[in-house]
Order: sequence, then structure tokens, then C-alpha cells
Amino acid sequence: MAAYVLPFEKPVVELVTRVRELRALAETDPKFVGELRRLEEKAGRLARELFADLTPWQKVQLSRHPNRPYTLDYVERLFTDFQELHGDRSFGEDAAIIAGFARFRGESVLIVGQQKGRGAKENVKRNFGMPHPEGYRKAKRLYDMASRFGLPIVTFIDTPGAYPGIGAEERGQSEAIGACLASMARARVPIVATIIGEGGSGGALALGVANRVHVLEYGTYSVITPEGCASILWRDGSKADEAADRLKMTAPDLLRLNVVDRVLEEPAGGAHQDPDAAARAVESALADALGTLRRMGPGELADDRYKRFRKLGAYVA
Amino acid sequence: MTDWPSKKPADLDLDVSSKRSFGKGVFRKCDACDATLPAEAFEANFEVCPECGQHHKLSAGRWRDLLLDDGALEEWDAHLEPSDPLSFTDGKAYSDRIASAQKSSRAKEAIEIGRAKMNGVEIAYGAFLFAFMGGSMGSVVGEKIARLFERATAARMPVVLLQASGGARMQEGILSLMQMAKTVGALERHRDEALPFISVLLHPTTGGVAASFAFLGDVNIAEPKALIGFAGARVIETTIRQKLPEGFQRAEFLLAHGMIDRITSRLAMKSEIARLVRHITRAPVFEETRASSPPPSG
Repeated sequence: MAAYVLPFEKPVVELVTRVRELRALAETDPKFVGELRRLEEKAGRLARELFADLTPWQKVQLSRHPNRPYTLDYVERLFTDFQELHGDRSFGEDAAIIAGFARFRGESVLIVGQQKGRGAKENVKRNFGMPHPEGYRKAKRLYDMASRFGLPIVTFIDTPGAYPGIGAEERGQSEAIGACLASMARARVPIVATIIGEGGSGGALALGVANRVHVLEYGTYSVITPEGCASILWRDGSKADEAADRLKMTAPDLLRLNVVDRVLEEPAGGAHQDPDAAARAVESALADALGTLRRMGPGELADDRYKRFRKLGAYVA
Repeated sequence: MTDWPSKKPADLDLDVSSKRSFGKGVFRKCDACDATLPAEAFEANFEVCPECGQHHKLSAGRWRDLLLDDGALEEWDAHLEPSDPLSFTDGKAYSDRIASAQKSSRAKEAIEIGRAKMNGVEIAYGAFLFAFMGGSMGSVVGEKIARLFERATAARMPVVLLQASGGARMQEGILSLMQMAKTVGALERHRDEALPFISVLLHPTTGGVAASFAFLGDVNIAEPKALIGFAGARVIETTIRQKLPEGFQRAEFLLAHGMIDRITSRLAMKSEIARLVRHITRAPVFEETRASSPPPSG
């Protein structure tokens, strides 16, 4: 994978790269171990400091970083025995959403996640992670099946949004998303969603009606893209940085608004600097959540989910 | 997704029907056929052009007159008002935007809900007020729709919901997105009790409202030519870099693609809905006399 470096990442990337080189040296020669520890500690601290002041717009850029781990990168690290399932049984297969059975710490679960592509060719296949109705109908079909067979549902959210196109409208993008929301609301199994990158509006929420919603530290979740918001408000998409700030779409905002239940710390420099470490954070939070939810009965799980979303919002009574 | 503010902000708070008048209450011109008629002719016909049948926007009050027995709605939760959870501003503060929308629409928010009767059938009724910030769905709209379904479930009533909305309310950010999940959750609990939901799609129904409960009706009905869809035309054109075909995302397009059950003229909507509910609930035919035709304008 070609390394891609955003301007504000440079100092952190240099540090992280030096740590990586030293780690390779330390593996062959123990005399570097001491220095490695010191540098790791220093790099971690510096990266935290440098990233502590990131603007919301910079976080949006990180959430879309082309080197960021995608759904399948987590699937291969967190699960065993993955069997992908395809198709909506009425129109087609949509590679922008992957789904299938897998084992999480030995237990069978259903995985559903948006999948972005790396490079031009794969991105055409994955449609840049923007699903069509058939992707959502595949998800809905499998949510219903998981509920019937008592399989927990684990979703990974990473999409700019549902695809806005002619075919998508002809085939009922709205209905397909609405039907996912309904199916998730009804499911009588645990559902845990993790926002690993971009949570783009209704197209993300169709995988997000969960008992527990986690977000990675540099993940985002928003009702509209900052570019879309800026072009509506100021007729100027280049004011996206300002819109990103106004929309309160970063992980700490989402936690404060109770839209997510937990923020998962990313490794120094972001998930793409150490996908294994990012995967460990996602895994451990997932294990906690499934452990808690496993103690609830089927009806209780649906009630828990209803109550979770029922209280979201702010108004004057 | 939400495209409503693409109009000039100043237009948003105006009731569209008043905008077309040449001097108040004198003559009005039809959007579609350019017929110029006395304003009373449009009003008496519930804003349907007497010449060509074009449906213009109708206020929530007139919808009540048209659909509900005696025009009577026993309103629920009318006291709920929006707050400003994100302290959102785009030059004009959201709180100011709310204040001016409340002033010009004389409503607290973009929806009214309550109990009513249609041709004798007891229903839980909700109607969006497009004049209030483009009918956009923020926390209050989401809350009131959830309560509409919850109250209807408790009282075992069908729900009839009239939608006209540009989608989620951007000024409430992610919390407005969450209303999609909240409302659909309440709808599904209503569905579990085998109670009917009639979804009425008016012009326009797009974005987060379209992609949540709007298409989940047991029956979905639209007005002729209503614009209904997920993404705004401008977003699609920018994405695919081509012009959209004539009639795209109109009610007739949705009917042809299997997304709605029926297209019904506004003037026939009352008996249409009441008959559907009577079929679903296996109630006997209503003796249609006075109530089958729209009431005279009053």
C-alpha cells in the first residue's frame, strides 16, 4: 500500500517511522531494546501532543485517510472462520457492503460492514464504500436471518454515505435504508456497531441501530458531509473546515451527545500507523459489549436498543 | 442529503401559498399552467389548480379542514419546542432561525400530531408543516413522531402521517440523524400490534424523512407529481455529471418503480385513506354521504 501523508501528519509520521525501524533492529539485536522503549514512549507522547490540537476538519481527513484500516482489515484481525455471503435476492450484489458469518473468540456472529477500496480499480468495485439499495437489502436480509438464528450482529461503519445516483433512486434507496433501520430495531440479538472511519448520514445509520455504538478516536459521524453542509449554507464547498467544526461530528462530541457509548483510543498517529493496535482496541471493546449484552434475553435486547435511541435528541418540554 | 436551504434563507419562513399572490387575496397564477385566477378559486379548491389540477402547497390548517371530520384535531404534545444543542450558527444563529420560523408560521415546530376522525374512523394523525424550516426533522419532530406511534399503539389506533420535508435538520447535526432510528423504532412497535400505518407522501419528501418511516407504510400514497427521493437533484447531478431525466423522483416515477401503492388527488385523499383503513381493519363500508366529498371551504 502506497503511503499517503497528510501535511499535518508529517512530524508524527517521521517519529512513528523511526520507532518502526528501531523495532526491526531491536528484533535482531537486543542492545537496541532500551533505546526502542525510550523512543516508543517519547513518540507516543509527542504524537498525542501533536494530535491533541487537531481541528475537526483534520480529524475528518484522518477518518478518510486512504491508508486507514477498512472493514476487511478488522475482519481478518478480529475473527476466524469468515464466510462471506452475497446478494439481495432481488436485484444484485453490492461489494460496497460486505457481510457474512465469522467467529469472534469462538462464537459465531454475523458481520456487516461498508467496504472501501484501495486504489482506483478496487474503488470502482467497492464504489468508494457508497452502497446501493441492493447492499442495504443484503444487510437487511442478513439482519433478519441473524435475529432468527440468535447470532449476534457486529457492524463496521465506514462510508461517505449511500450512493446518490439514478439507479439508486429507481431501486428505492430510501426504502432500503428505512427497512434496515426497522430490521435492526426489531432484531432479538445483540448488535454492536463500530465507526471505524466515516459515518456518513443515513447510509451509515443503516448499520448503526445497535445496542452499543463505538467510535474510533478519529472516526466521525454526521448527518451530512462537511462539504455538503458548506455548499448548502454558504454555497461554497471549500468552507468544509468551518462546517466540520459546526456539525460536532468528532468522537468527543459524539460521546458528549450520547450518540456513541465509547471512544476507542487509536495508536500514535492514528489507526493507519498501527492497524494491529487499532484492531486490538476494537476487539477488546467488542468483547466487553458482547459480554454484557449476552446476559440479556431476546426481547430485552430489542427494548434496550429502543430505549437507547428513544432518549436521543434535545428539546424544551 | 437535505437540500431545503438551497432556497434563499429569506424564503424559508414564508408560506409558499402566500408568495404567489399578486397583492394579497387578489389574483394568483398556477405554477404549472400559468392560469391566472382569483386567489379564492385556489383556496376553495384546497390549492389544487381548478384549470389543470396542479397541486400547490397546502397549509397544515387547511389539511385538517380537508381530511379530518369537522376539521378537528385533538392535538398532542403541542408544547414541545426546539432547543439548540450544538449552538449552531451559519451567520444566523439557529435559535434566531427558530424564532423567525415560529413567528412566520405561528407554530412551535415543523409537525402537528393528535387524535382525530376521518369519515368516522378514529386515527392518530400527524402532518408536517413545510412552512417551518422546510419541514426538516430535528429532535422535536422526531420526538413527536415517536410519541404519535407510541400513543397510537397504546390506544390501538391506526396512524395516518402526512409528510412534506426536506429531510434531517442540519442545524441539529447528528442528533437529527438519530431521530430516524428513534421514529422507526416506535413505528415497529406499532406494527407489532398489527395496527396500520398509512404513509402519505406530499411534495417534497426527501432525505432523512424519506429514508426512515416514509416508505414503511402498510400503504404508501403520494400526491400527483410530488418530489420524493433520497438524494437531492443537485447532489445526484454533481455526482454522476449528467442531467436528470424528466419526471425523475416524481410520484409517477416512484409508482412505476414499485415504491408507492397509489397516487391520489388531494381532493379524493380523505375517502381514499378512510377506505384503506377500513379494509385493513376489516371494518364495514362507510355510508358515504356528506363526508365523501371535500368539505366546502370555510
